[in-house]
Amino acid sequence: MKYTYYPGCSLRGTGRAYEESLLAVFRALDIELQELEDWNCCGATTYLSVDELTSYALAARNLALAEREHRDVIAPCAACYLVLNKTQRYMHDYPDIKLVVTRALAAIGLTCEDNVRVRHPLDILLHEVGLKAIAEKVKTPLKGLKVAPYYGCQIVRPYATFDDQHNPTSMDRLLEACGAKIVYYPLKTRCCGGSQKGTLPEIGLDLIHYLLSEAQKNGAEVIATVCPLCQFNLECFQKEAGNHPPISMPVLYFTQLMALALGASANTIGLQRSLVPIAPVLAKKEIAYA
Amino acid sequence: MPEIRSPVDGANHEPPRIGVYVCHCGTNIAGTVDVKAVTEYAAKLPGVVVSREYKYMCSDPGQALIQQDISEHNVNRVVVASCSPLLHEPTFRRVLSRAGINSFFLQMVNIREHVSWVHLDKQAATEKTKDLVRAAVRRVALHKPLQKRRVPINPNVLVVGGGIAGIHAALTLADAGKQVYLVEREPTIGGHMAKFDKTFPTLDCAACILTPKMTSVGSHPHITLWTYSEIVKVEGYVGNYKVQVKRKPRYIHEDLCIGCQECITACVYKEGKTPDQFNLGLSKRKPVYLPFPQAVPQKVVIDPETCIQFKSGKCKKTCVEACGERQAIDFTQTEKFEEIEVGTIILATGFKTFDASRHPYYGYGRYPNVYTSLEVERLINAAGPTGGEVVLRDGTRPKSVGIIHCVGSRDANTNRWCSKVCCMYSLKLAHLIKERTGAEVYNFYIDMRTPGKGYEEFYDRLLDEGVHFVRGRVAEVSDWAVHPSEEGKLVIRAEDTLAAFVRRIPVDMVVLSVGLEPQADAQEVRRLFNISCSTEGWFLERHPKLAPVSTFTEGVFIAGACQGPKDIPDSVAQAGAAAAEALALIDAQFVELEPYTAFVSEEECSGCKSCIPLCPYQAISFVEDKKKAAINEVLCKGCGTCVAACPSGSIQQNFFEDDEIFEEIEGVLAYA
Repeated sequence: MKYTYYPGCSLRGTGRAYEESLLAVFRALDIELQELEDWNCCGATTYLSVDELTSYALAARNLALAEREHRDVIAPCAACYLVLNKTQRYMHDYPDIKLVVTRALAAIGLTCEDNVRVRHPLDILLHEVGLKAIAEKVKTPLKGLKVAPYYGCQIVRPYATFDDQHNPTSMDRLLEACGAKIVYYPLKTRCCGGSQKGTLPEIGLDLIHYLLSEAQKNGAEVIATVCPLCQFNLECFQKEAGNHPPISMPVLYFTQLMALALGASANTIGLQRSLVPIAPVLAKKEIAYA
Repeated sequence: MPEIRSPVDGANHEPPRIGVYVCHCGTNIAGTVDVKAVTEYAAKLPGVVVSREYKYMCSDPGQALIQQDISEHNVNRVVVASCSPLLHEPTFRRVLSRAGINSFFLQMVNIREHVSWVHLDKQAATEKTKDLVRAAVRRVALHKPLQKRRVPINPNVLVVGGGIAGIHAALTLADAGKQVYLVEREPTIGGHMAKFDKTFPTLDCAACILTPKMTSVGSHPHITLWTYSEIVKVEGYVGNYKVQVKRKPRYIHEDLCIGCQECITACVYKEGKTPDQFNLGLSKRKPVYLPFPQAVPQKVVIDPETCIQFKSGKCKKTCVEACGERQAIDFTQTEKFEEIEVGTIILATGFKTFDASRHPYYGYGRYPNVYTSLEVERLINAAGPTGGEVVLRDGTRPKSVGIIHCVGSRDANTNRWCSKVCCMYSLKLAHLIKERTGAEVYNFYIDMRTPGKGYEEFYDRLLDEGVHFVRGRVAEVSDWAVHPSEEGKLVIRAEDTLAAFVRRIPVDMVVLSVGLEPQADAQEVRRLFNISCSTEGWFLERHPKLAPVSTFTEGVFIAGACQGPKDIPDSVAQAGAAAAEALALIDAQFVELEPYTAFVSEEECSGCKSCIPLCPYQAISFVEDKKKAAINEVLCKGCGTCVAACPSGSIQQNFFEDDEIFEEIEGVLAYA
């Protein structure tokens, strides 16, 4: 198995731990990832709200480059995943957009034929690798570590391509295969506030507050995420989120938990970068990791 | 321009004298088509002796114009350019008959639905009209005289479905003295209505008005009632249908069982263990059961899936003992097939309710106290699982109840249609829940839709009773508590679009007002009876306004919610209408069929038999001594399959013969 890998900017910035752990997981499962050469910004949030058409052109450039490789593309960041998919759909559905974007690509000698699939690692791991193959490779079972699976909004909305729109379970099943226990988490697809923390802090913090308190109420020891922004919001603002006393809960990428189970050592999968360390929880559970 | 051709054979060898009549249809056609130009153009076509326009060709003076031309100008072929032949072909055929010429010397050109209603450019529309008229003129010259076929009508009627619509249709026909076969899939008739406690807006007891009709069905001398039965095969055509009915074994001799239910009491199961379908799983029943106390027929059923005798063969058979000398129980019963002959069929197969678990954000199946409206109907019903008590799963009374409208209706993700009955039944449930429990009741609605006699007044009454109404589609039901007051409750979150903020309302019980959907097997039933479905899956009526209970298959009628969401009064009205339509056919004693049958030209038939297996109506046989195919005109429905398939081109179809069709095509394509 070999895929084209589109990291996006977050995985080289605040989301470094996501990339490190993602690569570790795929390495452990013998799946080759070939980074897309000369990739650029996916066109998410800032562009999308300022100039939509430009953001489609940016995304389409990545798609055009990926088409040359004739492989499915993996986009781990939820925002990249959504924007790349959205651009494909819009170019398919709206001839006007397609016309402008095609012209823009032509100017740099590229074409976009709509024949590359942009997929999320959850999709690949669950549907291509499979739970059985993953369970067989688990070296450090997570021993019933209680995880609140937090999907955020962009993985299933508006396009629910590989999981249920209202009650996604792909991450639940993958982490269960690694020995974790999934706690009931009705807010699993609720908004993390996105960049509201910066613009309308009282709204952003309110949302973070509920996400954290509901995870704690249902007994979670760690929150697993699939999105750099969700991870950032939930981890960075625990003291300001208005919980009394403040909640202190590790917020990890699902790939960090999986990599841990597959035998990767803590410092190679970015665990040392966490603001809320997972080590005490793992120690309590007597999960011995490298 | 080519010379006009005359028919090669047929009775009429006079040269064609064609009259062309172009209709304005008020401004419907004349608004987009230059009728005058078309009329003048047609007058110059070969064979045309008269060409006229008129404001409403279908009106009496319009018809008189044609009739007059036939007698005064010896017009012997008529082209009418107006609306769809579905609407006025019979009208103009009658004109020809009255004027003394064969009614099939008519060709209609649909310049309204096919031209004026679908085009904007007047000049192009006029040119298209000219092309179509030219094609019709060339075609009509080749028409042969044909006669409609007359076949007698079998006066027996099949009614499929024993809900309120089927029951009403069956009784209407039986009271008129016709023999009716009423076939119902479930072990009892009564349908959804039998599950309700009260009916809106009058709040009269559903059982009190339904069970007298059910009993009448059970004892009517002209009704043969087959419950626990399904139609498996339908052959024939209007007036002469042959139907095969599968009667599933109930392991009880219906003629011997007297409905004493002693077998149920005596069953080795002391308590029921199987979810009771009639109570939507809210209670348990034994393997031998009666669906509900007023079931018709009052005959028990044995469920082989759960009966010990069927599973192990080692039951003490206390039921057989209890039945005693009557010996009504028969574990060896197998399914039976009955063949019946009927002239007309009424389909009243009803609906199913939307599966609420398709909306996971409303928590049905996850939170025990989220119910569907139909389940609450059973809770409220005195004969239901709680004896009419509205209680939560733990047996306590709810102090607050939220009713969510439009679950599975008016939703682009599930069903787009309005299910029509939910607003009213939600109001009814709100009233009954408040009456029985004193709970605060909240209705969450998108729009209140209460058109109907006494319906709006009922809504007013509910407002006076203090039921709360929140306008807004509910986002979710969850047990996620934000405030201490919400702990242990179901929290309904909805945008109140009148007050413009998001409400969180904690309640003890949630009722999902599920919409109506076509039956799961509507497509199979549709194919069985050779009728059509709308894209949504409802059975399609012949015309939405003017033929609401007829279908495109003659002699097959539809009534009730199988045609679309409908309340009880509308279902009963349709059932009466369908019965009247059937009676009209029966009383005419015979039916006229279009003569569009296929026929074999024996000289050309090579006897290859390739047409025989293709015929869906088994109308083609092989004549051994001649080694030729022969088509039974009575069985042929004129589908044209054999015509297209015949390798030697020896099969032709009346009114659609090759030269007629080719002439029409050439007419369209020829430049004038």
